Amino acid sequence: MIGRIFAVALLAGLAAGLFASVVQHFTTTPLILHAEEFENKSAALGGHHPVDLASRGVQAEDWGAKLYLAHGAAGHGDGAEAWGPEDGLERTLYTTLADVITGIGFALVLTALIVLRGQAVDGRQGLLWGIAGFTAVSLAPALGLPPELPGSMAAELVARQGWWAIAAASTAVGLALMFLGRAAWMPYAGIALLILPHLVGAPHPDEIGGAVPPELAGHFVAASLVSAAAFWAFLGWATGSLAKRFELV
Amino acid sequence: MTVQTQNTTQVLAAERAAPAVLALLFGVFLVFGTGFAHPQTIHNAAHDSRHAFAFPCH
Repeated sequence: MIGRIFAVALLAGLAAGLFASVVQHFTTTPLILHAEEFENKSAALGGHHPVDLASRGVQAEDWGAKLYLAHGAAGHGDGAEAWGPEDGLERTLYTTLADVITGIGFALVLTALIVLRGQAVDGRQGLLWGIAGFTAVSLAPALGLPPELPGSMAAELVARQGWWAIAAASTAVGLALMFLGRAAWMPYAGIALLILPHLVGAPHPDEIGGAVPPELAGHFVAASLVSAAAFWAFLGWATGSLAKRFELV
Repeated sequence: MTVQTQNTTQVLAAERAAPAVLALLFGVFLVFGTGFAHPQTIHNAAHDSRHAFAFPCH
C-alpha cells in the first residue's frame, strides 16, 4: 500500500513540479528578476532604507523593527553572504528542483487524503481535488498574504508563516467538511472554518511602500495565482489518473 | 454476514490509514523544507520557487 501511495505521488509530483517550472519560467520568474533590479538599485542607494520613505509619506523614524525588506540587511541580519545559486542555468535548475520537491510533497498529501477518503477517483475527480488544493494552499492564504515579489514590505516572517499554515489547514478542513461531510451541521462548520483565518487576520507591516513598483507587484499576484492554479489542476489530474491506474482506492 | 462485512471494511480502512498518514506527514515535511525552512542556503536555493508558490518569504 505504502509503495503504491509513494509511486503515485512521486510520479504525479515530479510531472507537476516540472510542469510548474516551465509555467513559472514564463510567468513569475521574469517578474522576480525584474523586481530584483529595483531591489538591488534601492539597496545600492542605502541598505536599510532602500526607498525614499519621505516621498511616500512614511517617516523614517516609524521604520519599526518588524519591517523587513526582502533581501535587505534588516531581513537577514547576519551580514555574511550565504551561498546562493548563480543567476542563469544554475538558478533555474535549483528552482526546478524546489518545484519538483514541492510538487512531490503536495502530491503525497493529496494522494494520502484520497486514500483516507477511500473512494475511487479518476483524472476528472482528481482535478476537483486539485482545485480544492489550490483553494486551500494558494487562493485562501492569498487574501491575507498576497503573493509577494522580492523587495516588498512585509511583517515578521515567522508570524506570516504561522498564519499561512493556519489559513491553509483551516481552509482544507473547511472544504472537507463542506463537500465530504455527511452530517447536516458540517457544511456550516466548513464555511466558518473558511472565514475564520481572515477574521483573525494575517500579520501585516505597520507601514507600506517597498522598492517594487505597484504595477509589477500587481502583475505578480496574478501571475503567481494563475501559475499555482495550473500547477494544482495538473497535479490533481495526474494524481487522480495515476491513482486509478495503480488501483489505489 | 453484515457484521463480517463491516469488520472487513474497518480492517481495510485501518490498513489504509497508517500508510496514508505516513505519506501525508512526509509530504508536509517536504513542503516545509522547500517552502518554510529558514537556513539561508535552503532559502536561496528555493527562492524563486517560494515566491512563485507565494510561500511567505524573507
